[in-house]
Amino acid sequence: MFIEINDIQKQFLDKDNKAINVLTNIDLKVEKGEFVSILGPSGCGKSTLLSIVAGLTKATSGEIIVNQSKVTKPGKDRGMVFQQAALFPWLNVLENVTFPLKKEMSKKEAENQAKKYLQMVQLSNYLHHYPHELSGGMQQRVAIARALAMNPDTLLMDEPFGALDEQTRSRLHGQLETIWTETKKTILFVTHSISESIKLSDRIIVMGTKPGTILQDIKVDLPRPREQYKKEMLEIEEHIMGYLKKEIDKVVSEELANASNT
Amino acid sequence: MHPTLKRIIFFTSIIAFWEIGSRLELWMPIILPSPTMVLNALVTGFEDKTLIYDLVASFKRLAIGLALSLLIGSALGVLLAKSKSADETIGTVILALQAVPSIVWLPLAIMWFGMNETSVIFVVVLGGTFVMTLNMRSGIKNVHPLYIKAAQTMGSKGWDLFVRVIFPASIPHVVTGARLAWAFCWRALMAGELLSTGPGLGYTLRFASDFGDMALVIGVMIIIGVIGYIVDQLIFQRVEKTVLKRWGLES
Repeated sequence: MFIEINDIQKQFLDKDNKAINVLTNIDLKVEKGEFVSILGPSGCGKSTLLSIVAGLTKATSGEIIVNQSKVTKPGKDRGMVFQQAALFPWLNVLENVTFPLKKEMSKKEAENQAKKYLQMVQLSNYLHHYPHELSGGMQQRVAIARALAMNPDTLLMDEPFGALDEQTRSRLHGQLETIWTETKKTILFVTHSISESIKLSDRIIVMGTKPGTILQDIKVDLPRPREQYKKEMLEIEEHIMGYLKKEIDKVVSEELANASNT
Repeated sequence: MHPTLKRIIFFTSIIAFWEIGSRLELWMPIILPSPTMVLNALVTGFEDKTLIYDLVASFKRLAIGLALSLLIGSALGVLLAKSKSADETIGTVILALQAVPSIVWLPLAIMWFGMNETSVIFVVVLGGTFVMTLNMRSGIKNVHPLYIKAAQTMGSKGWDLFVRVIFPASIPHVVTGARLAWAFCWRALMAGELLSTGPGLGYTLRFASDFGDMALVIGVMIIIGVIGYIVDQLIFQRVEKTVLKRWGLES
């Protein structure tokens, strides 16, 4: 197995120093080259899980093994794309994408590598623009190019299209699918959109909340591109909705209870 | 109406009123000399080069003082942002010192360094350092955590992370700090020169005052104001605006 998530637990302390279980008993195996979505309602800890895989957050217990080595800190073998593009505003597009390459190659090589991936996300004409001059969708494409430029085996994506409008999102879905087919990266993709996960992934991990656990591991066996399989996608969507409805109801009733308490 | 036009009309009418009042002898020249007299004093001052020497001398002290205060201030700011203990101890002292106008250090400075250049520069340095410290500190503390996380996933850490991400991300605060430091240094310099020794604009101001040359006093005041305005508006505000725009903090 390429990525092994073994019995991860994560607790946070709330303001009264009471432990809150964010993630319990998370076990997940991902094969090399697989596109796996982690789907769940807000607060289920899916972003925390991704952050643990990235090495940015420490798990309370359990271990993560990526490509046979244990994850203890962030590393260039795992590129990450966040919900906000997180581009450095003082660098232009090209400089942003060469950022992770500075140490290991000459300037010329780094720029060529960066240009290659910027071409992949169709931004070759914007090399010298600054982030504030780009739209949200373009910024996110630069962020994807930046993560790809380090040539990581794994791409971790934390709701990367969550802040974008519907049309941009759907176009980027297409681009991401192409990139994935071309580069054969292993992708862990966190999202709360059921249709997004069905459209893109080989497997969907459905998570429940309070505490965050894995409810279901669903294989999506539809040929790509999937636009022509509307009916099948809808069936899967309803199937998943069945699991999630209880979870969403749980969140809503809890929020209502909290609201009436205060 | 165009703002520039408004300003021209405003200043013209003030100067006209001032000139006419002086000609009609509504007040004595020793109380308020006329604009023509001020202009003459300035022209004489520049022709015999005294004002030019003053400007050069003042700017030299300012350059040294401001540069030192930016350096020391930045270093202290980084220290306070990075070390909690330093922040809880030195940080408190700096907040208190920040509230003290730096000119009150002059008597001590004269005792330590003598009635000379060094004392004035010392006061100038103190004038700018603390405001720079506080801005640098908040600049580094307020770096968006997402930038740091993103950099970490790209293998950046330690010194590399500081130089390539944390410091550049805090540039907007650095620019604001530098702008305020300049303003405080400039005021400290004038006060220091006024109470200490020359050459320098402040010194000439007091010299003129001792000889009752009010025209030159006003002339020097105008020079001080104009320089302050030019540096602030034409240099710092522009830099600040460009930086804020580039850093996406202003549309």
